[in-house]
Amino acid sequence: MHRFANPARFARLAAAITPWSAALTGLLFAVGLTLALIASPPDYQQGETVRIMYVHVPAAWMSMLVYLVVAAGSASALVWRHPLGDIVARAASPVGAGFTLLALLTGSLWGKPMWGTWWVWDARLTSVLVLFFLYLGHIALLHAFDDAARGARAAAILAVAGIINLPIIKFSVDWWNTLHQPASISRLGWPAIDPAILRPLLVMAAAYLAYFITLLMVRVRAELAVAKLRGLRAALLARS
Amino acid sequence: MDALNRFIDMGGYGGFIWAAYAAAALVLILLWLFSWRSLRRSEGELAQLDRRLPGRKGGQGRTAETARGQA
Amino acid sequence: MTYFVALLRRDLRLALRQGFDAALVIVFFVLAAILFPFAIGPDPRLLGPIAGGVVWVTAMLASLLSLERLFLADYQDGALDLLALAPEPLSAIVLAKVAAHWLTTGLPLIVATPLVGILLGAPAVSILPLLASLALGTPTLSLVGAIGAGLSLGARRGGVLIPLLVLPLYLPVLIFGAAAVEAGTSGASLYAPLAILGALLLAALPLAPLAAAAAVRNALR
Repeated sequence: MHRFANPARFARLAAAITPWSAALTGLLFAVGLTLALIASPPDYQQGETVRIMYVHVPAAWMSMLVYLVVAAGSASALVWRHPLGDIVARAASPVGAGFTLLALLTGSLWGKPMWGTWWVWDARLTSVLVLFFLYLGHIALLHAFDDAARGARAAAILAVAGIINLPIIKFSVDWWNTLHQPASISRLGWPAIDPAILRPLLVMAAAYLAYFITLLMVRVRAELAVAKLRGLRAALLARS
Repeated sequence: MDALNRFIDMGGYGGFIWAAYAAAALVLILLWLFSWRSLRRSEGELAQLDRRLPGRKGGQGRTAETARGQA
Repeated sequence: MTYFVALLRRDLRLALRQGFDAALVIVFFVLAAILFPFAIGPDPRLLGPIAGGVVWVTAMLASLLSLERLFLADYQDGALDLLALAPEPLSAIVLAKVAAHWLTTGLPLIVATPLVGILLGAPAVSILPLLASLALGTPTLSLVGAIGAGLSLGARRGGVLIPLLVLPLYLPVLIFGAAAVEAGTSGASLYAPLAILGALLLAALPLAPLAAAAAVRNALR
């Protein structure tokens, strides 16, 4: 961690890694999409609609993983005053919100042919919906203060409070779901764990992960550049 | 041609499936575009400022340079 | 301890002086609840089953209304700065404020609940579970709400921000509160949902003031 504490060194490291990470992302998507759309059979229960799962489930997974990243960055900024913590949290949050939105959209598109309605209050979709609002709150807090540092700190506190709450929220949503579950709707669509289904799913998940890492590095570099700009402009003003 | 039509039709669910993949492509590409553009813009402005302040590279950069120079 | 009590009494006095605020919460609670018969019709077969849920939701929203003022007055006139400098930990001060908030918001809501229950045609057997769940749940709402109130101090549009921050955190309390009412109505055991509500309260009691104090300190910086 301390190796990454120097923002300039981190920016140089990130710039070096980015092209490789981007290439890996491209490769994983190429393989993943081929597997998902062409080289895999339809599910015996869900038919072709199982293919939507290959873009939906990884998005849901990533939305939760990215929240962990935001919380980790926030915690490291709050507890250890790690200089990159706030920056990682700020950079990752909109990406997490994007994954969440994607999970909701694709989940809706999956639900319509499966259950006949555009929205289903199943445990996973509902948890993702709540997560979406956690992200919105985090982003709103980041931008709600004239002083950016104050906003970063407030957002960090919210992120840590949110991550403590997240298992509680998941638990409550699962409870609520089993309480009200109509007999026909089971947990939205885990088909039989078949290697033919698992393969495209895992490759797409890896592609999403590589995409996130690449994007995170680009966004962190951008944040670092903006911070540096602010410093330089202040220095210029001081000199004039 | 017929195989292609069957592929696009996806057993009647083509609309939903392609919409889902299009949504994924849209979100991921847009996020990438915004992020990349923001990076380009900030680095461009940084390069401009560096030209206006010859010899100064700001905080950490300078420390790293002088540290390397002394190594 | 005496400091805590002193602070509690001070906040209570201030709140009761603005008895208007406590009354406002109750009026909103009743008003929002009686919107439902207008919206979905007065058929007791429709209203009765949802009455418990409506009470819980409108109680939550009414509690939200009064959160912004938790720290705002003291923040604006500088009293919060002085309180932060006191030797007592800021989280103890937050706890006292939360207690005053609950006594002037949550408690009146609980007292007004049987009336609203009658207006909405809640089954008689559901009233007691409703009161029990509110008794365990509303303190948690005040505790968690304090985090939102602290975080939005000094923010632009703080009032609109608080619900966005706080409602996702409120969700577990709502779910188990409603589950308790559901259990009571259907004759199932109340133990599990009430126990979980109790556990949430016990968890929030030490943790929420810590987070809220950190948020307040950030705003005072």
